Amino acid sequence: MAERKSDVKIHVSHLKKYFGKLEVLKDISLDVHEGEVVVIIGPSGSGKSTFLRCMNRLEMPTGGEIYVNGMNLLSRKTNINLVRQNIGMVFQHFNLFPNMDVLKNLMMAPLDLKKGDKIHLEQTAMQMLEKVGMTEKAHAYPEQLSGGQQQRVAIARALCMHPDIMLFDEPTSALDPEMVGEVLEVMKELAAEGMTMVVVTHEMGFAREVGDRVLFMDGGYIVEEGTPEEVLKNPKEQRTKDFLSKVL
Amino acid sequence: MSYILTNYGGLLLRAMGQTLLLTLSGLFFASIIGVIFGLLAVSHNRICNWIETIFIDIVRGVPMIVLAYFVFFGIPYFMNNTLGKNVTLSALTAGTICLSLNCGAYMAEIIRAGIQSVDPGQMEAARSLGLTYGTAMRKVVMPQAIRTMIPTIISQFIITLKDSSILSVIGFPELVNTAKNIVANTFMSFQTWLVVAIMYLIIILALSKAAKVIERRLNRGRKKV
Repeated sequence: MAERKSDVKIHVSHLKKYFGKLEVLKDISLDVHEGEVVVIIGPSGSGKSTFLRCMNRLEMPTGGEIYVNGMNLLSRKTNINLVRQNIGMVFQHFNLFPNMDVLKNLMMAPLDLKKGDKIHLEQTAMQMLEKVGMTEKAHAYPEQLSGGQQQRVAIARALCMHPDIMLFDEPTSALDPEMVGEVLEVMKELAAEGMTMVVVTHEMGFAREVGDRVLFMDGGYIVEEGTPEEVLKNPKEQRTKDFLSKVL
Repeated sequence: MSYILTNYGGLLLRAMGQTLLLTLSGLFFASIIGVIFGLLAVSHNRICNWIETIFIDIVRGVPMIVLAYFVFFGIPYFMNNTLGKNVTLSALTAGTICLSLNCGAYMAEIIRAGIQSVDPGQMEAARSLGLTYGTAMRKVVMPQAIRTMIPTIISQFIITLKDSSILSVIGFPELVNTAKNIVANTFMSFQTWLVVAIMYLIIILALSKAAKVIERRLNRGRKKV
């Protein structure tokens, strides 16, 4: 095991992922440091979501190494459930539990994993709802909420586990344009509080404003990485230039 | 018809009780078999999937009357003559085995389909919070799957109730078998079978109504598609 600096939250080296015979991730290496916001951009099919999903092993990598908080994700001995309790994940389609109201959505996992007594957990849940501006909807069901509201609840649900890393998988891609802002606002606040974040997104404005580092992925590789200034304003690689000319 | 009712009414009611007993014990074990094999079917382990497929293919591929003869006559014969162990199965035990295997296979498929109808994102969201596969299945996926499964499960229960009549061939004193004996004694085919048909009809209508009530209750607060 190589020695790692203590503030490296996620260490990825030579990651490979196949779906059957299709090689989706070819050779990916990345260190995410504490409090850092890493934004991953790239065309669809470039492997960025798969890469993100490898970080909490929703996809099992085919090769390489991933360490999260020093724990080896590729080892069968690692208790993946324990690792995941410290990594919040937010999905493109929110994935709230439709049969539970907002408060139950937030409290289900902490209650089941005995993270505290019910009263205490309810307080935490209400605090998180306040953070995302959803206290009034605590007893609403997901289907009664707009997309933007659902996504904010989904963020609060992840935060209830007190994660120290948050993964965002295209969190605003399924939203109506006027709702994108409210979700990005919550994410900005989280970043400002020092949360370690990895964000797959098409929101270049967010990448520029909040990202500490931007990765451009294409064809299963990280083609270019650097500060938002470097990657978004002065890309060196032709593929990055082509992509940015289409989306900006 | 009044002759049958006054002279054989008690007997027929008792036979109906036997039919219900056989059906309920069959359904009880069928539910267990259904849940186990349904979960094997959706498992990510390929060996588990194979076990389920083989079980379903065998049970669905054999008519229940053949299964009944095999379990009731075939297995004890094999045990006695080949293994030298004296085994006798009561008609109730053999009948329960047949019904639960048969209905269990169909239940497994219903449960598999129900689980697969739930958006995979639900399982992912639950797992990403750190819940185990079992907890995620129990608390998130299953409650959503059951809603879609209930109507199909009830109709499977009704089919099983009707299929229990097949077990008259191994001499279990359920409705059809009893009715046959009554007809043999009285030669009143028309009246006897009419009474039996009405008895089945009443039970099944009651079950269907109950199903509707349960369905309505489960769908409360759910949007109409």
